[in-house]
Amino acid sequence: MRTLSLALRNLLRNRRRSLTTLIAMVIGAVTILVFGGYARNITLSLQTGYVMRGGHLQIQRKDYFLYGTGNPAAYGIADYQDVIDVVSHDPVLAPMLAVVTPTISLGGIAGNYAAGVSRTIIGTGLVVADRNRMRRWNDYDLPFHPGDTALTGTAEDAVVVGTGVARVLELCGPLKVPNCPGRKQTEAAQGAAAPAGAAAPADVTALAALEARPKAPQNEARIELLAANVHGAPNVASLHVVKAEHQGFKEFDDMFVGMHLAQAQRLLYGNEKPQATAVVLQLHHTSQIPAAKARLEQLLATTLKGEPLEVQDFEALNPFYGQAVGMFAAIFGFMAVLIGAIVLFTVGNTMSMAVMERTTEIGTLRAMGLRRSGIRRLFMSEALVLGAIGAAAGVVVALIVAWLVNHAGLTWLPPGQADPVPLSVRVWGETRMMFGTAAGLVLVAVISAWWPARRAARMLIVDALRHV
Amino acid sequence: MPAQNPEAPMNVVTMNQISKTYHLDAVDVPALVDIDLEIRPNCFTVISGPSGSGKTTLLNLIGCIDQPNRGELVVAGEAVQKLSDDALSDFRARHLGFIFQNFNLLPVLTVEENVEYPLLLTRMAAAERKQRVATLLEAVGIADKARNLPGQLSGGQRQRVAIARALAPSPNLVLADEPTANLDSHTGAAIIALMRTMQRELHVSFVFSSHDPKVMAEADDAVMIRDGRIENIVRRAA
Repeated sequence: MRTLSLALRNLLRNRRRSLTTLIAMVIGAVTILVFGGYARNITLSLQTGYVMRGGHLQIQRKDYFLYGTGNPAAYGIADYQDVIDVVSHDPVLAPMLAVVTPTISLGGIAGNYAAGVSRTIIGTGLVVADRNRMRRWNDYDLPFHPGDTALTGTAEDAVVVGTGVARVLELCGPLKVPNCPGRKQTEAAQGAAAPAGAAAPADVTALAALEARPKAPQNEARIELLAANVHGAPNVASLHVVKAEHQGFKEFDDMFVGMHLAQAQRLLYGNEKPQATAVVLQLHHTSQIPAAKARLEQLLATTLKGEPLEVQDFEALNPFYGQAVGMFAAIFGFMAVLIGAIVLFTVGNTMSMAVMERTTEIGTLRAMGLRRSGIRRLFMSEALVLGAIGAAAGVVVALIVAWLVNHAGLTWLPPGQADPVPLSVRVWGETRMMFGTAAGLVLVAVISAWWPARRAARMLIVDALRHV
Repeated sequence: MPAQNPEAPMNVVTMNQISKTYHLDAVDVPALVDIDLEIRPNCFTVISGPSGSGKTTLLNLIGCIDQPNRGELVVAGEAVQKLSDDALSDFRARHLGFIFQNFNLLPVLTVEENVEYPLLLTRMAAAERKQRVATLLEAVGIADKARNLPGQLSGGQRQRVAIARALAPSPNLVLADEPTANLDSHTGAAIIALMRTMQRELHVSFVFSSHDPKVMAEADDAVMIRDGRIENIVRRAA
């Protein structure tokens, strides 16, 4: 006869009450785990999106992160190919690396001069083959299948733009951007009621006709991209827009222009030696970041000390990720505390009732020679068993609920994603969360029994025996 | 203090000027006043008296589950008032057995587990424990119900289990507070007979309270108590 066996039998004495308490614990565990699984799925989705786009780590020229975006030409890495070679062949780093690729970020003005419109943009120069490999990174088996970039197999003057850029530059037609009314249509609708202006003089109209550029074919989208080169002089390239892709965040979507690395380098550096603003490293696993970062910092201080370089991880490069993780952690913590309090009072009430009902029994056990500590242990063991069963059942039910949600065919649009993805609750495989929640519930249950158990242990034996 | 004959076996209980007063709100209610009493070893001692006379309080003090306000109490050679709560618990587990009016068996334990429970408190080895339980259940005539729960037994059977449980740790003294009060007269008589038999066979002292004249007639010693004071003690040859 063991204490836990006795505890289990005592719990079965009042099955209805024990069941009610268990249900409260199960609901608590399911709430915590399902929300935790949902939040975990969101943060992993965000992380996967960022890692697909920008890798885990980036080697940049020192202070580029703070000042370089305003003058990328001045903050380039001159010997970026040497950096890539050193990193790729380093015996410590090599096993961790999935992709090492150079990239360029630049600011400029994109214009559709045929339509007389322009806007500021942020351009990204990339190596298409490397980017395609980066887009296949999916360490958490999420339902993300972005496929290859639209620049795959295109000429060097090809670019991809955000749908916002396409809209402003009036490229919706040739790029087949949905939900994109032409600006002229909109203006026409707005100006329908306005009084007609005076017609321009004939000589001015003729001059304008002479200055007008030849129009591009109706089914071809072209833009002119103006950027400041390394000497501060303007450099212009005429580029062929192959596709408009939604970039998730509107702010980014309204400014994104993706192009071949060579094209971006020509814009920034002209005929001079091409540079890169960053070397992007995508690792096999996010958990390798600390080790990889430490090794990179060693290399930057020794082998690569010729240039002032620094390493940034994806969390530093994408502050929104840390904010989202922090927000979900805060909500999760708040919910866990709330549910913990509910479980605390539910189990505490159950144990108090048990103590009251078994007062005579407590007196009998004490008379027979059971110490006060034995009485305490008896009730705390009951709470332990109750907590363990409730936690185990809660985990099992949470797994079932998660499975049902994951197979219900629901979709949602995560932050930073362009297309809806299946709604997923990630409980299975999240061992730490499952064990943490279960252990937390057991702990709360045991703590909640402490006061009733103490009260039981301190009863006067004769009073307990007299209890009716 | 009553003199102890050095030639005679040591008394199992010696009470010297024991008093016990309960404080009920602002009123002090004296339950026992200046009690001098010796319980002889291996005797069947009955404490008798009207309701409210102090029988249960006297048994509680002897059973070390209550403390006197005044006086000296020695049980099984131990000055129990000096013991800590834990030491007193251990003392009860090894030296005292209790039989209750309402049997007070643990309802979730089977008959044999109920009898085994006090042996767990004395940390007896498992094999020895099983043997002891089997012997006691056989002795009280309830071996065939060993696997039953108390709820499946009659009142008389339950009290037999309670007797076996009280005797399990081989105590010096078994205390029983009106053990037949909840039994019919026939069953009550059988229980008294069983207790008497066990007391003689196991050479253990029994002290219990009762109003029943038949029980009084069966006792070696009869202690009459009234208004918290001992009125009379009748001792017969043990």
